[in-house]
Amino acid sequence: MSPPSATATSATATNLFASVDVHCWIGGYPFREIPHPDPDVLVKVLTREGFGTAWVGHLPGAFHRDPTASNRALYTALGPYAPTLLPAPIVRPDWPGWRVELERAKSEGAMAVRAYPMQWGYGPESSALAELAYACGESGLILQLTVRFEDLRQRHPMDSAGDLSAAAVRAVARLPESRCHLMVLGGGRELIEEIYWGLTTAEQARVWFDFGWVWGPPENHFAHLVRTMSGQRFVVGSAWPLRLTQQCRALVDLLPPAAFPAFVLAEGAAIAHHARRHAKTD
Amino acid sequence: MIEPSVGFALFGSGPAAVSNPLGGPAPLIDVHAHFHGPRSSHVDANEYNRSRIDAGRRIGVRCHVASVLGSWGRTSPTYFPSPDDLTMANHWMLRLAGSSHGAVRAFVAVNPNHPTHALQEIQRGVEQGAIGIKLAASRRADDVLLDEIGAAAAQHRLPVLHHVWQHRRRDWPNQDASDGVELARLAARHPAVTFILAHIGGGGDWAHTFPAVREVPNVVMDLAGSGIDRGMMDEAVLWVGAQRVLWAADLTLCTGLTKLRALDVMGLSAPDIADIRWRNAVRIFPAGAFASVVPQ
Repeated sequence: MSPPSATATSATATNLFASVDVHCWIGGYPFREIPHPDPDVLVKVLTREGFGTAWVGHLPGAFHRDPTASNRALYTALGPYAPTLLPAPIVRPDWPGWRVELERAKSEGAMAVRAYPMQWGYGPESSALAELAYACGESGLILQLTVRFEDLRQRHPMDSAGDLSAAAVRAVARLPESRCHLMVLGGGRELIEEIYWGLTTAEQARVWFDFGWVWGPPENHFAHLVRTMSGQRFVVGSAWPLRLTQQCRALVDLLPPAAFPAFVLAEGAAIAHHARRHAKTD
Repeated sequence: MIEPSVGFALFGSGPAAVSNPLGGPAPLIDVHAHFHGPRSSHVDANEYNRSRIDAGRRIGVRCHVASVLGSWGRTSPTYFPSPDDLTMANHWMLRLAGSSHGAVRAFVAVNPNHPTHALQEIQRGVEQGAIGIKLAASRRADDVLLDEIGAAAAQHRLPVLHHVWQHRRRDWPNQDASDGVELARLAARHPAVTFILAHIGGGGDWAHTFPAVREVPNVVMDLAGSGIDRGMMDEAVLWVGAQRVLWAADLTLCTGLTKLRALDVMGLSAPDIADIRWRNAVRIFPAGAFASVVPQ
């Protein structure tokens, strides 16, 4: 008998990863140096890792009060790299002119916009965030919420915003009559489960999670989540340039092969298409 | 009391290398691994242990150098394990290693608050094949209580794997954690002993650690931990050189695989990568410790 191959899931994974990395940024980070966070480097990384495209935010803007200049810089920087790099601009719903920013995002080819409720000091049931979620749903844009940028244990003393809470995400996902397609970026197992199992079936169907912060073996948290929630709730997101891009593929490669003979992830482009189809057209 | 399985149930009849390991075909040693032994707090110690062995095989780990931290909190705290829990854990760990055909080697874990017991455990561990000493966070690294353990490590030529919180700015619950500065003080008092600074990706600010240990040549660092910050491994090699960096996984083999794949695209030379994957471990641990699994 020939020895078992460790790459039993890799062929499947290769196909999965030919699509979108929904969780990237360009630009510097206020609390530590990160190596070359530039769009040309990101394109090379995507090619090397086998991704087709990436949804890209502007990292410095997450820590600004006014996101306008950050979005302008993002569009300018990504322009030469379209459609490989698609903008995921910031829309801050308590800032004057935010609906204009939302429309601009759509016209610039964005599939998703990002909000940073913790950095803006929003509470878990923010009416501003609810307004944004409704507006995203009606525009056909995905709303992406970032749980964290770094591990809690290493943060700069001035980085005091804290992680996004499961309660805040549940509040957005539970909005009545909302068409919002929601992506939660940077969550671990406990937060993901607390959100997912705190929603109705209909609400669950409009929420997706990236999984780069979830643990694989030996604890096998990712396998557990795929088993209990299905792979269809998970999208590939690397958090480049803050984190190594290889993690999502490593997690998929390390799924116990016998337990996951037909493993399928959700796909960012398909979710974006679905969001547009369900946008308000009247 | 039912003990978790060792021997055939975990390892079969011998080493079962996979044909195309996910982490590449070159030798690979994990210098910071853990298992769950008897009376563990883990809901299913057998499943955990099997998962570690199986995932390790798929990645290409040829040897897990491992310890058991007492009962992992069930009957005494993980980072302050009682002597009884440590005796039981070390006994099981040594049995596991002895039944593994070289796929697992043992650290002997000790609590320096109980010096006589710690020295007895080290002596017993050496006699039964332990190849290193594991210190968790029962006492600060620079505490004088660690000096007898340092002396025992020098006497038996064993490396010491020491749990470290990168840049500890305050006390954290459930442990007397140490950081690079504190470990460097201990290492300076025991220059004949190699200290493995644990998991630079395991929590805290790794950027503080590298300058803290740069001038202390008997401190080496393992790459383990769930943290996969870009720049972390590059800076580690830049500050202390590839000969003082060792691949390891600790609680997350997934991030271990990620780091292996990242090592291949960092621009390191082939000899540097080999050092990090396994050759530094061969140099640091007692002669012949990995003779059955990697080239000598």
